[in-house]
Amino acid sequence: MREQRSIFDGIDWVMVGLFLILVFMGWINIYAAVFNEEHQSILDSTQRYGKQLFFIVFAIFVGLVIMLIDGKFFSTFALPIYGLTMLLLVVVLFTARDVAGARSWIDIGAFKLQPSEFAKYATSLALASYLSTINIRMDELKTKLVATLILVIPAGLILLQNDTGSMLVFGAFALVMYREGLSGNFLLFGLAMAVLFIFALLFTPLTMLIILGSIGLVVFLFQRRKTWKLGLSIGAVLMVLMGFVYSVDYIFNEVLEPHQQVRINVLLGKEDDPKGAGYNVNQSKIAIGSGGFTGKGFLKGTQTKYDFVPEQTTDFIFCTVGEEWGFLGTFVVITLFAALILRILFIAERQRSAFTRIYGYCVASIFLFHFMINIGMTIGLMPVIGIPLPFFSYGGSSLLGFTILLFTFIKLDGYRLQQLR
Amino acid sequence: MSFQSKHTDRMYVVMGIVLLISLTFLGRLFYVQVIDKSYQLSADNNVLRYETEFPARGRIYDRDGRLLVYNEAAYDLMIIPRQATSIDTTELCRILNISKEDFIRKMDKAKAYSWRKPTIFEKQISTITYAELQEKLYRFSGFFVQKRTLRKYPEPVAAHLLGYVGEASQTKLDEDPYYKRGDYVGISGLEKSYETELRGQKGVKVIMVDVFNRPKGSYKEGKYDTVAVAGKTLHASIDAELQAYGELLMQNKTGGIVALEPSTGEILALVSAPSFDPNLLVGRVRSDNYRMLQADTLKPLFNRALMSEQNPPGSTFKLINALIGQQVGVLNENTTYRCPRGYVSGSFRMGCHDHRSPLNLRESIQHSCNAYYGNVFRNIIDHTGKPWEGFAIWRKHVVSFGLGTKFNTDLPIEYAGIVPTNEFYDKHYGKNHWKSLTIISMAIGQGELGTTPLQLANMTAAIANRGYYYPPHLVTAIDDEPIKNRFTEKQFTTIDPKYFEPVIDGMAMVFEQGGTGYRSRHDSIVMCGKTGTAQNPHGEDHSIFICFAPKDDPKIALAVFVENGGGGSKYAAPIASLMVEKYLTDTVARPNLEKPILEANLIDPSKNVAP
Ligand SMILES: [Zn+2]
Repeated sequence: MREQRSIFDGIDWVMVGLFLILVFMGWINIYAAVFNEEHQSILDSTQRYGKQLFFIVFAIFVGLVIMLIDGKFFSTFALPIYGLTMLLLVVVLFTARDVAGARSWIDIGAFKLQPSEFAKYATSLALASYLSTINIRMDELKTKLVATLILVIPAGLILLQNDTGSMLVFGAFALVMYREGLSGNFLLFGLAMAVLFIFALLFTPLTMLIILGSIGLVVFLFQRRKTWKLGLSIGAVLMVLMGFVYSVDYIFNEVLEPHQQVRINVLLGKEDDPKGAGYNVNQSKIAIGSGGFTGKGFLKGTQTKYDFVPEQTTDFIFCTVGEEWGFLGTFVVITLFAALILRILFIAERQRSAFTRIYGYCVASIFLFHFMINIGMTIGLMPVIGIPLPFFSYGGSSLLGFTILLFTFIKLDGYRLQQLR
Repeated sequence: MSFQSKHTDRMYVVMGIVLLISLTFLGRLFYVQVIDKSYQLSADNNVLRYETEFPARGRIYDRDGRLLVYNEAAYDLMIIPRQATSIDTTELCRILNISKEDFIRKMDKAKAYSWRKPTIFEKQISTITYAELQEKLYRFSGFFVQKRTLRKYPEPVAAHLLGYVGEASQTKLDEDPYYKRGDYVGISGLEKSYETELRGQKGVKVIMVDVFNRPKGSYKEGKYDTVAVAGKTLHASIDAELQAYGELLMQNKTGGIVALEPSTGEILALVSAPSFDPNLLVGRVRSDNYRMLQADTLKPLFNRALMSEQNPPGSTFKLINALIGQQVGVLNENTTYRCPRGYVSGSFRMGCHDHRSPLNLRESIQHSCNAYYGNVFRNIIDHTGKPWEGFAIWRKHVVSFGLGTKFNTDLPIEYAGIVPTNEFYDKHYGKNHWKSLTIISMAIGQGELGTTPLQLANMTAAIANRGYYYPPHLVTAIDDEPIKNRFTEKQFTTIDPKYFEPVIDGMAMVFEQGGTGYRSRHDSIVMCGKTGTAQNPHGEDHSIFICFAPKDDPKIALAVFVENGGGGSKYAAPIASLMVEKYLTDTVARPNLEKPILEANLIDPSKNVAP
């Protein structure tokens, strides 16, 4: 028994089970979204569900391969993997074709690969590797700078590919750094800036000056000692904030494309445009809302099938869940995702190795960010940022990317138990 | 190895965030899916149908408020193949009057496009068919009728400038998401250049239909509906009567006429011959007729008034040389030259015809003397001692009349014409290795020059205005809102107004005894004109005439270009003179001048009766 160590020893079957359920449900919904009378075979390789089935089989195969790799491999080769992936991102910039305005695909024979999906993985390994080095302390400035650099390089390269959605995902790593000791003030500061950002979009710079000025005045008046020094420092903070407001205003008006401006305006409620930029969200809400409590039934959805909802197999796959399975379906999916993320966090916390714990937090943060943005967007709580729903959305690169992320963690966790024996 | 992690309690914050997001989503979903009933459709699996409401395309009126283009209702029978189950095919075929084979063919075509998206099954069904179908439509699930509009032209004129509409091409669909398959879009003429104004804004009506395709009313009280906005009305500058008369005069000929109002740059008439009835390019007959017109060797679809740029302006261009000569100081109204039946320099000789000699500036225009302009042109080019410098100055003045450039008028296609540059001659003869004599054919408007009829008309307007013009254009107001843009900005030529008088006097003398337009004179209207002949290496020369009237308060300026019409006085001058008469007096009282023009046939010379 001791000599015969199976690769399945120490595996957390809860995570594997959740993975399999989510992938299967995703495939069922892709099938429903594209289903029509012309192509009925589930193995039809010309249809998206046929292709997705192939991707799923391939992803599971890759998951098995990861189980065979030695547990030390990931921490040892974290930095080379990171370097290689960054190189790939640079190559993409020069070689890839434009697909819908974004340059992020590499053609490999008949398959297209999206390196940005793997950049998340490489960055997670690199960040975990760096932060788990002995004597690294999060409260040192150097640590913050190096950690930020590890995130900014891939984020910047992906932004250059015009793939804003994937770029934003790197913001999720802030949660990892918080867990490792980054002051909560940074998160609060980020949140405050986000609020200021939204206000800056809602109001004109002049209004903002009046609002911030009044707040500054009130703060000043309520101080017991009204010294010149206090007045000057409030004034300085005010200047910095207004500088931020003006740059938001400038970026919005001069840098963003008109369609991006409209999208933001619609989300902020400044523009009501149910047939234009708000179209996707409205159609998506109609589809989900029309599902009711129990849904219309498998393959009985009408809104998603009649092509009213665009990108229904990729970014808006959650609509099909909502329409055909109703609130029961969406409840199950949300619960499964929450369970998976919580399970990852729980298991991360029981690690002895800092590398595995930090890596686990990276995986959980990435899943959480995708989950929050993607589902939030389909029900009108988040802006329309095109990022996939893990394991659900159609697409080989993203499925493979998420599978590798998760199975590496499962492997690292299992490795811990193997070591104990 | 054991490592006690700090900050373990932060796990709870992160887990709290996960739970908060999940609960927010569940709350929102519970509201959208369970509490807010407005999103739910009734249990029998109703379907939402998105009906596009097509706005009426804008009408087009002429300058006197005559209707040129309007819309007529038409109905397309649409199909959503996926919903078309168990219908009475025989009955439908009977109503539509098509065979069962036709039915299957159309159905297959629709299925090949999409099972779920509406496709046109039968285009533009008649009103009677529509009435019968409307009653029984509930029996044919998957079918519905889409209201459309078709363009109608009450007067069969001005096909080139009005343009036509047709179904949006794949390219158009790809580049502009506003258009869906089967939508109409302006393809040429005003229909194209004012597409955004004319098309209006499509509306959408979301209605619920049951499984039997019966409308069950508006969805969510029309919350997601948008109202169609009708297209705007265009007020065109053309005079439909003058346009029709121009087309009549040009019958059985090829060429173009452009008439402008000098004080505004508005195009009064824009004739390209041969023309065609714009109603040919509407509706079900469009593609057949289009193929026919495209195959025609006379190229009726080609807008000669704007696109024929290879032909030189001929002697009409002498006016420009006369103006530039005065401006650069090598010529005044009293300058005289002798004409020994041509211009001679060394062994070079450029012939001229028989006329009195010597003559002054005014007479040089009246008699269109080649020798006079050989001298003027060489003096202009050589006046600084360096021909390439003189040429550059000359060119700058020429271009200020709008020659060799585009006006960017409000028609989609327009050519720039040709005024050669220094670089052109440098390339041909070597850097500055050319002299005034090398390029002397431009003295009399031949050689490398190329002008469109539109440019000649504008040049005439600039002369009539004594030194300025407004860029020629066709639309004067959109929805009763007068235009205010680059077309209402005065463009000045580089010639001093005082130099125009002797030239204009000369143009008036063209219609006097001995002048080249004497035969086309009018007793009471003082016209100013100039003949031209564009040398044509491929056959009979082209006949050109430019003209404006009245002399002291110009109301109309025009250029007439008749292909293979010989000298300018033969066809072009009478046509121009008749157009002026028609516009200024509303009638034509010179049958002796008119009849031979109407009878002339330059397309089939065997039927020609020379005037
Ligand atoms: Zn002469």
